Amino acid sequence: MTGRRGIPHIAVDSCKGCALCVSVCPESVLTIDDARVNLKGYYPVSVEAVENCIACLSCALICPDVVFTIERVVDQQGG
Amino acid sequence: MSVIFSKTSGLTETATHYCPGCTHGIAHRLVAEVLEELGLLGETIGCASVGCSILSYNYLNVDMIECSHGRAPAVATGIKRTVPEKTVFTYQGDGDLASIGTAEIVHAAHRGENITVIFVNNAIYGMTGGQMAPTTLAGQKTTTAPEGRQPEFSGLPLKMSEMLAQVPSASYVERVSLHHPKYIRKAKKAVLRAFTCQMEHRGFSLVELLSTCPTGWGLDPIDSLEWLEANMIPYYPLGVFRAPEEV
Repeated sequence: MTGRRGIPHIAVDSCKGCALCVSVCPESVLTIDDARVNLKGYYPVSVEAVENCIACLSCALICPDVVFTIERVVDQQGG
Repeated sequence: MSVIFSKTSGLTETATHYCPGCTHGIAHRLVAEVLEELGLLGETIGCASVGCSILSYNYLNVDMIECSHGRAPAVATGIKRTVPEKTVFTYQGDGDLASIGTAEIVHAAHRGENITVIFVNNAIYGMTGGQMAPTTLAGQKTTTAPEGRQPEFSGLPLKMSEMLAQVPSASYVERVSLHHPKYIRKAKKAVLRAFTCQMEHRGFSLVELLSTCPTGWGLDPIDSLEWLEANMIPYYPLGVFRAPEEV
């Protein structure tokens, strides 16, 4: 573990469910949530495994609808 | 804990009308982030084009004007010459810049106008229903070329960046791609260089962004990224085609 972790926050109702973020995430943090529909009528992306997030920003960089806000967590032990 | 990525104030709260997975949204964000970082949001005038990006004035948080089809560089010329202290850019697709607007873009470069051109190339007419554009690849299927573009009938796709890099007064021309986060980082640097070029009064700058059109191409968004990488980049190589000597 590098100690570099992140928490993705998603503006669910801005998402169009294109899944580009899911395809570029190197740690399989994200998934398309087909159990719910957002205000636009799409299946939105959701965070499936937040503990895997390495704050690489790939999802935020490729999202055409700028739904992500990414927080970086500094691990006390990992450094 | 700290926020390392959030939506730039260069974008409005309005949701875009673009199809899911369309990379126009990424191009918008890059322009907005660069203008915010340069502190130019209140000092910039954008020229929107005709095509899918026709409503870009609703999404970019700067003053914008809607131009006739292909004429954005001519409008930008007028604005920049009238208020040279403002940063002026055009945001055009390939159906606008490479087709009906070819004369305007060539002569804006020819005059060395101190403007920045954001050129989004997705190799098709998106808004009007997926017709063949001058940039459509050989063999690529469109609604007006259902068997694929035939070079013997329609010629070969126009390489705008290479063409404009030959114009003696052009200052900065680069082609980048939006198909992967690594390339999106490079694309942002190119957009930053283009606007910096204008701030330093170096003259005409253009960034061509290779983009996807999942709806027009008949592919899902993820397959579109792969199609871009496999088909567009070999024909439209990435790189800097012209740069000021000092840069």
